[in-house]
Amino acid sequence: MSDTTPVKKQSVADDAALLPPVDVIEDASGITLYADLPGVPKDKLHLQVEADTLTIEGEIDLEMPGGMEASHAEVSLPRYRRVFTLSKELDAGKVAAEFNQGVLKLSIPKAEHAQPRKVEVRIA
Amino acid sequence: MIYRSLFPRDVLSELDRLQRELQQTFHFSPSIRGIARGGFPAMNVGGTPQSVEIYAFAPGIDPATLEVQIEKGVLTVAGERKLPTAAEAATVHIDERFAGRFRRVVTLPDDIDANAVDARYRDGVLRISIARKQSAQPRRITIQ
Repeated sequence: MSDTTPVKKQSVADDAALLPPVDVIEDASGITLYADLPGVPKDKLHLQVEADTLTIEGEIDLEMPGGMEASHAEVSLPRYRRVFTLSKELDAGKVAAEFNQGVLKLSIPKAEHAQPRKVEVRIA
Repeated sequence: MIYRSLFPRDVLSELDRLQRELQQTFHFSPSIRGIARGGFPAMNVGGTPQSVEIYAFAPGIDPATLEVQIEKGVLTVAGERKLPTAAEAATVHIDERFAGRFRRVVTLPDDIDANAVDARYRDGVLRISIARKQSAQPRRITIQ
């Protein structure tokens, strides 16, 4: 146990990530999520839906000249990560993603049975 | 951001907002034009002996609408970010991304050559590379 502790600590530091800003909009057909992930090329974006957890992860890859020294850094970590819990009425199997110029658009439709229906209320 | 949910759905985003507000309040600006954190676009600045490199993290912007200007040793990056407006019947649950006009200003070192500027936009990042003047570059002096 004590042997693994320093290794674990290291991996936690390596894993530090920025929290990308998102917009989440819901309408009758489902949820649309936009996330800002500037600096992430398409092949370094990782999206994962596992059970009801959606994970967005991206590695920043900037072209930098050799020997560059940073004098001011606001984007100070090389990756983004954000995790969301999906609710049951969303159809996690039909998530559609678009990624353009650092903006991710995810469309998560609602499952058929969860589409809104008008419920008639009868007065007895 | 005046109207806020009383019951935030996402604790992490609330903490992020708190952190941003604290940084805005207490950040000690290093320059009169205040490279302050939390603005849009976020910026990284670095340099090599040959050039000054500026990275502006401005995702989802048509590069043709970005204005990049160097005047009297001051670099200005300005533009507008338009986001699709939500339909009336839609509910906005989280609204964190920047929208609207922006302008950020960076004071450049004295030894840059304002005529040797290269700007590229890739993956939502604007990279501006400004060469340093030839005369300002370090030279090895041979001893006779």
